[in-house]
Amino acid sequence: MIMTEIKTKPVIAPRWRVSGRNKERLLQQAFLLPATLYILLIFGYPVVQNVIMALQQYTTATFFTGHAPWIGLANYQAVLQSRDFGRAAMNTLTFTAFSIAGQLIFGMLIALYFRRRFPLNNLLRGLLLLPWLIPLIVSSAVWRWMLDKDSGVVNQILGALTFSDVRIGWLTDTTVALLAVICVNIWLGIPFNVALLYSGLQDIPQELYEAAALDGATGAKAFKHITWPLLRPVVTVVLVLGVVYTLKALDIILGLTGGGPANATQTLSTESYRLSFQQFDFGQGAAVGNILIVISLVFALLYLRANRKGSKA
Amino acid sequence: MTSTTATKAAGSFGLERSASRHTIFGLVIVVVLLFPVYWMVNVSLQPGGRAVGTPWFPINPDLSGYATAIAEQSPNLVTSLLVAGGSVLFSLVIAAPAAYAVAQLRIPFARTLLFAVLICQMIPGIVVSNALYTAFNQLGLLNSIIGLIIANSSAGIPFGILIMHAFMLSIPPSVIEAARVDGAGPVRAFVSIVLPMSRNAIITAGLFAFLFAWGDFLFAVTLTTTNEVRPVTVGLYSYLGTYVNDWSAVMATAVLASTPAIAVLAVAQRYISAGATGGAVK
Repeated sequence: MIMTEIKTKPVIAPRWRVSGRNKERLLQQAFLLPATLYILLIFGYPVVQNVIMALQQYTTATFFTGHAPWIGLANYQAVLQSRDFGRAAMNTLTFTAFSIAGQLIFGMLIALYFRRRFPLNNLLRGLLLLPWLIPLIVSSAVWRWMLDKDSGVVNQILGALTFSDVRIGWLTDTTVALLAVICVNIWLGIPFNVALLYSGLQDIPQELYEAAALDGATGAKAFKHITWPLLRPVVTVVLVLGVVYTLKALDIILGLTGGGPANATQTLSTESYRLSFQQFDFGQGAAVGNILIVISLVFALLYLRANRKGSKA
Repeated sequence: MTSTTATKAAGSFGLERSASRHTIFGLVIVVVLLFPVYWMVNVSLQPGGRAVGTPWFPINPDLSGYATAIAEQSPNLVTSLLVAGGSVLFSLVIAAPAAYAVAQLRIPFARTLLFAVLICQMIPGIVVSNALYTAFNQLGLLNSIIGLIIANSSAGIPFGILIMHAFMLSIPPSVIEAARVDGAGPVRAFVSIVLPMSRNAIITAGLFAFLFAWGDFLFAVTLTTTNEVRPVTVGLYSYLGTYVNDWSAVMATAVLASTPAIAVLAVAQRYISAGATGGAVK
């Protein structure tokens, strides 16, 4: 009702001054209304629903009976006591920490390199974005074949370099699977890191380096005294965004290993997926999801603080 | 040290030479990082079957992988196209007015919305799909294009609001005021002044909404349960589920699923570069 009135009014009213202050206000709110509704329904509702579901015995039976008995904190209890959870929490920590460190180091090195002026710089930097744009499930399919134990090109290359027959089951051996998944995830994150860090580097005035060079500060010294301090706000944003994105990473792990072998690559995100969509225990899946939200929110707050500082600088 | 002196002595010619050396090393970085993409194309052009040790180059390109991929994945590619296209429209229609309101209209609530958008991007997709599965089940939106469009826009809408808002901040309010004085209502001013001026930001937001929805896997795999509505990402995943015996068909599907990304990068790189940084820092 309100919507139609809002939409037709400006067409009918010949001059905006004619319509009253209140109508103008209402119209302004109407610009925000669709987005507000969407966010409430697609982000707000799921968070609330997850909190509720985690307190219920919400299983396949619920879909037929429409009945989900309240069981208090039993889901959290079951989840926290299972051995899978400890493993998944540890894996999430390792996966996130090493992914972020690797992405930042390689991203920084490449961004610094592309700061030099040389022909085709823009084109090459653009091409670097490709791994970021192709669907994650595509990347995981490609890497899965490249990391194959018997016919994968990675073992082929390693074999050629070491003059031996290398047969490492990168994704099937419990001792190296997590490492392999981390390496793939680092590869995935490099383009985004390069893009952000490069744009941050562009904002540092060239004159600073010229002045420092006169004082004899070039290379590593210039990096330590000019680049790093001035790039810190951008680095903080990159790190926090990286943590938040890595915490919720799901596609890449499902595509590469499905969380296996023997839970070696199971993270909180894939564990929540497994509980909800493979065990059809939505209550327990929601409980793990909520734990993940709390962890993400801590970093989200860090991000907002960093972002505010970054925009002030 | 000697090379720097030599460069200086040789003047502009030496500079050019060191510059092209930089280009060569830059090229090496790109080749190493894009090797998996090359490998995907290479394997897709090899004859089918699980041969031990793939040749380094597709010397005798074989299109049987593509024949299989197109035969099996065509409906899925169409589904992905519909979902991604729909998500672009849906995202822009919802995000553009909101971005304008946040950037130009002085509404107290607008800042709160921007804050909410930032927080939204942190909510794990698995939490959203967990709840949407149960809700869509009751609403009959499982296994529907509409359902996937609504779910997938959860990436495009927050991103679109951030990108377009950042751009619309730079539109001088006087331009909009002038239109209003001439008798244009707020909607009219938005449609005929703000939208045309924000063309670049809208294109960036639209391209990313497309790529997000096209590449989505989580919603596709959780909100569909049958073969009827199945995006290509799930089609590709279903190959990986079992023992894979025809990698050239899998890689051909992977190449087909990557074509939008490759096309966008080839045709609209500047919009992509703008999006890469604009959504996060500004």
